[in-house]
Amino acid sequence: MSLVTPDTPMVRFGHFLRDNPVIPLLVLLFLMIAALEIMRPGIVTPFRAGRDGIISTFWAGNLIKFAIPLAMLAACQVLTMLTAGIDLSVGIVATVAAFVCATLSAIWGVTPAVLVALATGLMVGLVNGIGVGLVRVHPLIMTLGTGLIATGCLQVYQRLVINAGSEIPSFLEWLGIGRTFGMPNGLFLFIPFALFIFWLMRMTGFGRLLFALGSNEHAAKLSGVRSWQVYVALYVLSGLIAAIAGLLYLGMIRQTSLSLANPLLLPSVAAAVIGGTSIFGGRGSFAGAIVGALIIRVLDTVLTLMQMPEGARTALFGIIILAVTAIYVRITGSR
Amino acid sequence: MNEFARKHGWVLGLLALMVVLLALTRIFQPSFGASGLESIARAALPFAFATAGMAVVVIVGGIDLSVASIMAVCAVSTAVLMERMAGIPAVLLVLGFGLVMGLINGALIVLTRVPDIVVTLAMLFVWEGVALLILETPGGSAADWLQSSIRGSFVIPGFPAALVVIAVCIAVVWIPIRRSKLGLSIYATGSDELAAFRSGVAVGRTKIAAYGICGLFCAMGGLSLAALTGIGEPVPGPYLLASVAAVVLGGVVLGGGRGGLLGPIIAVFILRIVRTDLTLLAVDPNVTVIIEGTIMVGVVMLGTIATLRSARS
Repeated sequence: MSLVTPDTPMVRFGHFLRDNPVIPLLVLLFLMIAALEIMRPGIVTPFRAGRDGIISTFWAGNLIKFAIPLAMLAACQVLTMLTAGIDLSVGIVATVAAFVCATLSAIWGVTPAVLVALATGLMVGLVNGIGVGLVRVHPLIMTLGTGLIATGCLQVYQRLVINAGSEIPSFLEWLGIGRTFGMPNGLFLFIPFALFIFWLMRMTGFGRLLFALGSNEHAAKLSGVRSWQVYVALYVLSGLIAAIAGLLYLGMIRQTSLSLANPLLLPSVAAAVIGGTSIFGGRGSFAGAIVGALIIRVLDTVLTLMQMPEGARTALFGIIILAVTAIYVRITGSR
Repeated sequence: MNEFARKHGWVLGLLALMVVLLALTRIFQPSFGASGLESIARAALPFAFATAGMAVVVIVGGIDLSVASIMAVCAVSTAVLMERMAGIPAVLLVLGFGLVMGLINGALIVLTRVPDIVVTLAMLFVWEGVALLILETPGGSAADWLQSSIRGSFVIPGFPAALVVIAVCIAVVWIPIRRSKLGLSIYATGSDELAAFRSGVAVGRTKIAAYGICGLFCAMGGLSLAALTGIGEPVPGPYLLASVAAVVLGGVVLGGGRGGLLGPIIAVFILRIVRTDLTLLAVDPNVTVIIEGTIMVGVVMLGTIATLRSARS
């Protein structure tokens, strides 16, 4: 095609990057890891610090371990953003699931606790889906509202179980902090999960419906898509994913708190956006979001190592997210 | 009259709802009077300003997730500046800061062409960081006259001063703008950006101006925060969620172009009165959060269904 289109190399490069959004992100990720290595020689490559190994499996394992819950919540954002939506209730859903699971494990035992925790995610997702799909409320408002309601319910629930104590199921601890060959056990959950999301987005009719609704909802409806069914299924799925991520995070942090996973909400949106998912729908990739989550975690480490005051770190975090997104938009020429 | 009622139906409905709620409050607590009204108005101050700012950017077709952070920056700069310099220049400086922060938000959205949700999400972190850099822990102090300006009654006993502050501040900024070319451009841009552009509206500049106005309102919100607490608090409060809720409740359509500032401000008071009523009824404050969320979602659902109905008929 390059024979007939008089595109400049720069434009063609932009098209190439738009078709493969993961490549520039991977480059950025490795540049940031290189910067980390320069700042603190030996953190990534132990042999330079006189220890064994070329790449520190401990460091890499840690990076991956903390990126997993973020990437799972980013999956919720990618899926909902495909239909030009957003799910701002994932942080609180994850927190609720973790809290419910930890407290109920002490009362009812592990299996019912996990089931109830997943059911709460399902419930919130169902309400979101009905609001967005049937009543046509803006997803931003709907998920903010359900998040607010869920926060209140969590606080009321907390007073009911305040004396019951809490217990973290051992298999969640195994998933959260255990390691196999230096890699976190969370991967046993995450790899099948990621494959499922890839399969869902690329191979199934449901995935195509998501892309279709996001690209042009009107056209999709005229082609016979019952959009409300898709929305309900989508938000239920999103709530379920958030609940699973919350359970994993519980095993990782091993503490119960009323705001456990809430700080992950905005970074999960950032990871999806950095990963090249369009907030206006119709375009997105989960692979990009995974790399986005890794980038955010490396960025966290870099900023912590710089020993700046907390305020400067927070501000820099925002600036870098904005810069990455802006450059990305500029190169690929898309929003 | 009929046309007036149809045009302002939503606002009139809200007003009626507010009166009903006030009457209910009186029934729940017969001693509810001037002091109760005054405390509601005082607590509503920061919410009202955050909501006014949010309403302007929603009308222009955007959204600003960084309102609470800008308010935090303004609150801490008020507390820090007032320890070092005279009150009036400090207030003017803080208003300037707010305006500049809003303009930066708008300029970044227009220049980078990144969606406004993403830009203001990133700026939320930036402004939060700036607030922490100015003041690491809560501290500083707001001048006494600022604190007393929002207390007590204004002229007539029983007419809360805080209400006057809200009305005057918002009217002084918004009414001249609403009547000017800029106001028309803001509504035109929010209603249909492309059509506005083709009719000769400087869409980019209008958006930047709208975000600037939002920043200015947030600065007022920050000042009122400092006046309420007497110190500067670098951690953003719960104003983002509340302002989005009040804006939508107030009849401003997400996506832009429709609604005013009066509806959202009334909505702020409705939400505050509901909270007071629930406290008077001795409802668990946590249940109050659930009820507030349900009201927000429920009202938005009803509003959406109503607009869908009227569009169909």
